[in-house]
Amino acid sequence: MTTNTPAIDVQKSPAAAPRENYLNCSKGFKSWALTLDHKRIGLMYLVGVSIAFLAGGLFALLVRLHLWEPEGMLFTNIEYNQIFTLHGAFMVFLFVIPAIPGSLGNVVMPLMVGAKDVALPKLNLLSFYLWLAGAVLAVLAIVLGGFDTGWTFYAPYSLYTDRAIVTIGMAIFILGFSSIFTGLNFIVTVHKLRAPGMTWFRMPLFVWAIYATAILQVLATPVLGITVLLVAFERLYNIGIFDPRLGGDPVLFEHFFWFYSHPAVYIMVLPAFGIISELVSVHSRKPLFGYKLIAFSSIAIAVISFLVWGHHMFTSGQSTYAMFAFSFLTFFVAIPTAIKEFSWVATVWKGSVALNSPMLYTLAFLIIFAIGGLTGVILGALNVDLHLHDTYFVVAHFHYVMMGSIALAFFAGLHHWWPKMFGVMYNELQAKIACATIFIGFNLTFLPQFVMGSRGMPRRYATYVPEYVPYHQASTIGAVILGAGVALMVFYLLASLLIRKKAKENQWGGVTLDWIAPTPPPHLNFDEEPKVVHEVYDYSTLDYDSMQRDC
Amino acid sequence: MSHDDHHAVVIPAPGSEFVPHTVAHHFSTPVQEFQAGKLGFWLFLATEILLFGGLFAAYFYFHELFPQTFRVGGEQLDWRLGALNTSVLLLSSWTMAMGVRSAQTSQKTKTIVYLILTVLGAVGFMVIKFIEYRAKNEHGLICFGHLFDGYDMASGQVSWFKDYHGVMANVPHGHMFFAIYLTMTAIHGLHVIIGAIAILYVLRGTAMGRYHAGYYLPVDLVGLYWHLVDLIWIFLFPLLYLVP
Repeated sequence: MTTNTPAIDVQKSPAAAPRENYLNCSKGFKSWALTLDHKRIGLMYLVGVSIAFLAGGLFALLVRLHLWEPEGMLFTNIEYNQIFTLHGAFMVFLFVIPAIPGSLGNVVMPLMVGAKDVALPKLNLLSFYLWLAGAVLAVLAIVLGGFDTGWTFYAPYSLYTDRAIVTIGMAIFILGFSSIFTGLNFIVTVHKLRAPGMTWFRMPLFVWAIYATAILQVLATPVLGITVLLVAFERLYNIGIFDPRLGGDPVLFEHFFWFYSHPAVYIMVLPAFGIISELVSVHSRKPLFGYKLIAFSSIAIAVISFLVWGHHMFTSGQSTYAMFAFSFLTFFVAIPTAIKEFSWVATVWKGSVALNSPMLYTLAFLIIFAIGGLTGVILGALNVDLHLHDTYFVVAHFHYVMMGSIALAFFAGLHHWWPKMFGVMYNELQAKIACATIFIGFNLTFLPQFVMGSRGMPRRYATYVPEYVPYHQASTIGAVILGAGVALMVFYLLASLLIRKKAKENQWGGVTLDWIAPTPPPHLNFDEEPKVVHEVYDYSTLDYDSMQRDC
Repeated sequence: MSHDDHHAVVIPAPGSEFVPHTVAHHFSTPVQEFQAGKLGFWLFLATEILLFGGLFAAYFYFHELFPQTFRVGGEQLDWRLGALNTSVLLLSSWTMAMGVRSAQTSQKTKTIVYLILTVLGAVGFMVIKFIEYRAKNEHGLICFGHLFDGYDMASGQVSWFKDYHGVMANVPHGHMFFAIYLTMTAIHGLHVIIGAIAILYVLRGTAMGRYHAGYYLPVDLVGLYWHLVDLIWIFLFPLLYLVP
């Protein structure tokens, strides 16, 4: 930390004609459709998950508009069941799970470890096409009759309902394998393709987070795969293990489902933690407080997440002693999570904080995640959960983590690496306005849901008693504001690609390898194989010229 | 893509009947490529075990709930055919291991012979499995013709479970054992078929001289997969045929 020699010895070619980079090195449809370049695959993921997010968001708006009036405004009860299921299934399986690892993880992680690509590029392309196939099947399922079970597909209703459950089940099975292959690829990449000098404790924390996520993807997703297969078998040939008419046990389904889906929420949230770890450091220009603790807490969360699935089933009928254990173990998740939150806050403290748009999204995350995380502890408490189970309190907690934390972290990362990925800058003022709008809209949507949930409003109901009108209407207004903020964000990000205002070589002053690589990176990421000689987040090595120079 | 060429590492062919191997562009050394492939494949095998883990969990759960159903059901299976199939798979695992060894020592003809023997083992296994399924069909324990006819409200039974001889009449939910038997062995059988296709793929590569002492990773990986298929059967056989 005391020496001033450059961290990484990379030759910079003199500025001349537009430099060859991964975007312009080859042209044509085939050069994208068959690309093995992790950055191009990441961009294709980015387009895919963004469309899924906007579709899922549209369904959410429909749900909220319907609930403007106690008797429901838009749909029949049956249709409402389909709309909220579509929202949940699209958001969870097509957006939140693949979003960060698939897009930003794919583009940035190999850069950060100093690799030329991921370890298994063909598998990487395959996992994108599996995602695409899953998305196509999901849309096909809507055409074939939709699905109205909620995103959890609980038996026995999912066995009896007259909907396209087998189709959406196959979609989830295929999406699961897309996720497994991504995770597998990233584990191998981190183990085998680190640049010389890139020791485990010199890896940026985004890489640690992606690595912990990858372990969960590989170890948890196959169980979801077999679970949806078994539901499909039930519907195809009545295997009987979930069907109470045939001696089966629906609670077994819940055990199978949550054995995957609880670790899955950490598959969703760990990459978000990784983004925030990077961003608080870069935009405070200060080494991360508690680097090793944050790294280990990611692994700790991954391990504990396998032992808490029963807390989703406190009212489903399981042994009282099992519930004690599940409740107690759930509290343990709060420890590594709080370590992260406090370390981030301590990083910002006395840092040289730049209040640009990625940092604003990060600060919004820190506030929202504190609420989302603490309400999770409330729900983990057995006696409290018996009352709050299946109310809007759960919905609000879930969205404070899924939307308010994960999606915001995704936006933060998107703004942070946008100039890196495309070599262009968006309009900062519009970005700040959008961030504020999203923050206000989000809280207005979900804070009232905590209140009405604690007062007994059950989730997933198409109608409600008039006492809840103010909360529901506030929530709907919030959702519209939130939607407007997202629309503005989509607008200025797309506009930036047309206006093409050049980004700086190192827009924010990062010192990890992703910022050392040329902007946008060439096809093989670095002009020369990087050699890492300094500790991570050592800002004494920052090349200030690169922050002034257009890319 | 001008960068692709100047890093290319080529492993020379050990003889005229072989072709050299070019290490993929993003690896620095052949060892790195080999280790990455190996690690990735072991992780994939872990996911396969977890996938079957769900089925094994279901087996143990219902074995505990309906022990008589599993005892009487298990007695309907022919343990001799099961044992024969176990032998066939074990033998094919040995031929596969010898095939990998021959590829590692650049013995092309031997590799081809061993891989063909392994594929024959896979075919033999599926033929014996077919004979077993046909017997179940004849006894009405799994009527394949009615597999997808659904649940019969009138009889409170699934359509594919007729039990012509009434062997399961005195145990609760007699179809449960056969549902689990069919699901586990069918998914395993699917893996046998996929394994055989993978072996045919490396067989083609071997005939073209792609695999030799310098580069035999695909043969190695297919071998690992085949051993896993074998290993899963080693657990299925006693649980379904012998435990009752």
